[in-house]
Amino acid sequence: MIKDITQSEATEDGITDKQIDALIAKHQTDRNGVIDILEAIQASYGYLPPHALRIVAKKMNRSLVDIYGVATFYQAFSLRPKGKHRIVVCLGTACHVRGAPAIVEEFERQLGIKAGETTPDMKYTLETVNCLGACALGPIVVVDERYYSKVIPTQVRDIINNSHSGDRDTADSHQQQKTIGEAVPS
Amino acid sequence: MVIPAGTCGQASGANDLIAAAEKEILLCGLDKNIRVRVTGCHGFCEMEPSVLIEPDNTFYPQVKPDDIPRLIKAVLDGKILEDLLLVSEEGKKYYHQNDLPFYQTQVRSILAAHEKIDPLSIANYIENDGYSAIAEVLENGAPEAILAEVKNSNLRGRGGAGFPTGKKWEMLANQSNGSGKYLICNADEGDPGAYMDRSVLEGNPHSIIEGMLLGAYATGATAGVIYVRKEYPLAIKHLELALTQAAEYGLLGDDILGKGFSFNLSLAKGAGAFVCGEETALIRSIEGKMGEPRQRPPFPITKGLYRKPTAINNVETWANIPIIIRQGAKKFTGVGTRNNSGTKIFSLVGKIKNTGLVEVPMGITLKEIIYGIGGGPSAKAKIKAVQTGGPSGGCIPTARFDLAIDYDSLVDAGSIMGSGGMIVMDEHTCMVDVAKYFMAFLKDESCGKCFTCRKGTQRMYELLEDISQGKGTLKHLELLKELAEVVKDTTMCGLGQTASNPVLSTLRYFRDEYLAHIEKQQCPAGVCKALITYSINENCTGCGMCVSVCSEEAISGLRKQRYKIDSDKCIKCGTCKGVCKFEAIEVS
Repeated sequence: MIKDITQSEATEDGITDKQIDALIAKHQTDRNGVIDILEAIQASYGYLPPHALRIVAKKMNRSLVDIYGVATFYQAFSLRPKGKHRIVVCLGTACHVRGAPAIVEEFERQLGIKAGETTPDMKYTLETVNCLGACALGPIVVVDERYYSKVIPTQVRDIINNSHSGDRDTADSHQQQKTIGEAVPS
Repeated sequence: MVIPAGTCGQASGANDLIAAAEKEILLCGLDKNIRVRVTGCHGFCEMEPSVLIEPDNTFYPQVKPDDIPRLIKAVLDGKILEDLLLVSEEGKKYYHQNDLPFYQTQVRSILAAHEKIDPLSIANYIENDGYSAIAEVLENGAPEAILAEVKNSNLRGRGGAGFPTGKKWEMLANQSNGSGKYLICNADEGDPGAYMDRSVLEGNPHSIIEGMLLGAYATGATAGVIYVRKEYPLAIKHLELALTQAAEYGLLGDDILGKGFSFNLSLAKGAGAFVCGEETALIRSIEGKMGEPRQRPPFPITKGLYRKPTAINNVETWANIPIIIRQGAKKFTGVGTRNNSGTKIFSLVGKIKNTGLVEVPMGITLKEIIYGIGGGPSAKAKIKAVQTGGPSGGCIPTARFDLAIDYDSLVDAGSIMGSGGMIVMDEHTCMVDVAKYFMAFLKDESCGKCFTCRKGTQRMYELLEDISQGKGTLKHLELLKELAEVVKDTTMCGLGQTASNPVLSTLRYFRDEYLAHIEKQQCPAGVCKALITYSINENCTGCGMCVSVCSEEAISGLRKQRYKIDSDKCIKCGTCKGVCKFEAIEVS
């Protein structure tokens, strides 16, 4: 079964075996590197396509269930595609006591999704994180690597609109996650 | 001109300052007269983006890019811009960094270096005595002497448990060196509210490399791994560069400095799992597996990474090593108390005026840190407690603020040192909510291997949820206590064994708050949504600000008259309270 799928040229996502192979070759170390490989795949596609997991399992000589275990154990990995803009709200203790839960709720209301979900138009993914280590400036929100400090609920709408305007900003856009189907740097 | 630009500095706008300064210097052709040094975090995060002018150490807080041109002019004219200085509540101006109450009682043996060092430059580190300890040690060639020095320093692991570092190293040195031994730097700083490791990695990455080189020479370790959490992108960037530079300078790899000593050091990234801070889980994660802890013994010191003997130390521990070797164990033990020598970095955050990283001698009291260095509460509300040790720690009430902080005293008080997070809580912080917050965190982060941790944290969370919604009974408290004890006694790793601390410590010191939720259906701090209502008092001027921000259209009334909140529509988001300038919105 595994063999059949990996032999196909490209999946419906437009991801070819070659692209995944290149990522594996780049990050594989003599001892290991599974987490680095998965991270590279996630960075390239915004999520871990099932097809890619099968290739990794085969190449690394590990069972698919083993790789699936790693992929689901760590918070950084997602098996579902993510939106174009990634909004991360820090829920560390310092942010929590300064009102971060209200910030998450405001994002949820404005975007019409729950934390962890992606808007149906694939524009925004709302995530929470345990601590970003910028505790003095809480509550912290990070949108596409841009940090917002001491956020209050009334700023949420502006933050969302801001991320949108960044679309045309070339300086910012190279940091943004590549969308599915884009070429993988070899 | 020194500009701190760690993650927190950058988040407050340090990059704009740097760009403005560099532009001004370039435009005016001043590159021979003034130089900008971009460094890691200096600790006083509340005042960022800040600028420090050497050699006088004039401190300018919260500088705006527009102020940079005249600031540069003033520096060149040898003047001080009085209007940009920090002013105390009594109107006193602080000229020099050392005059600030925030810095006065600190003993900054690790953090002070962050001001002097550009973390992207190995040459800069070497100019500041960097790598001098390892160079001297290799010249004299006596691994036993380093081991003795670290043992004599009484340094205890800064990751939280406080195991003597010298003893750990001695155990590793005694392991046979048949097929290699490992050193690991644990930089998986998962405790929310603690960020001193991030600051050290970003601000002085070479000090960690030098510490590990010294450790390797003392113990005979052949290779090392630095395990950093993915949430710290800037720390990873600085470390990667530092590793490359060190290798280029012949400080890593084979035959280091031509002395026949070899040590390879690599970087491994975490992927967002709190439990990976536990040493056996961390090892599995480096091996590319699920980060589940395993039963000890065998301890990593005999069977660790790839089943080889391994010693794991925290970032701050490693950062202390070059200092101990350079200045000697005797001087190191001169700071702190008898069984707790040296300094400890704490991250002072939450409802406190001066937030930031503070480095203090062990044995200092909580009061000195919170009211002295921290400057007391950030708002009008009184401070109620401080939470130390992250999710494994506990809350200590103001009545116990005379406590001298060290590893042992904090355990006696029902908390732990942990990695050094100190989250200050005031009257607007609900202790039931805090316990619930930590339990929500722990139930999500429990790896699930031990049944009592997996289900115990979940059930404790549910009990706390009931209490916070006013559905709790006295039976809930009994159950909570019993469950907390069981989870503590029957789980395998540190996560489960300490998971009950947030519950037990709040029950011990803040039982009255639990009782208010249960018996009176009240949340005294005004946090638990099910038990509070929002209303508008007579301070209301009818400005209409609250109406414009209410997403539920729950506020109504006529302009310039007192508005009203419809409690059926109100979702208690608190947005209106945030925008009201007249303190007219009350929570009861």
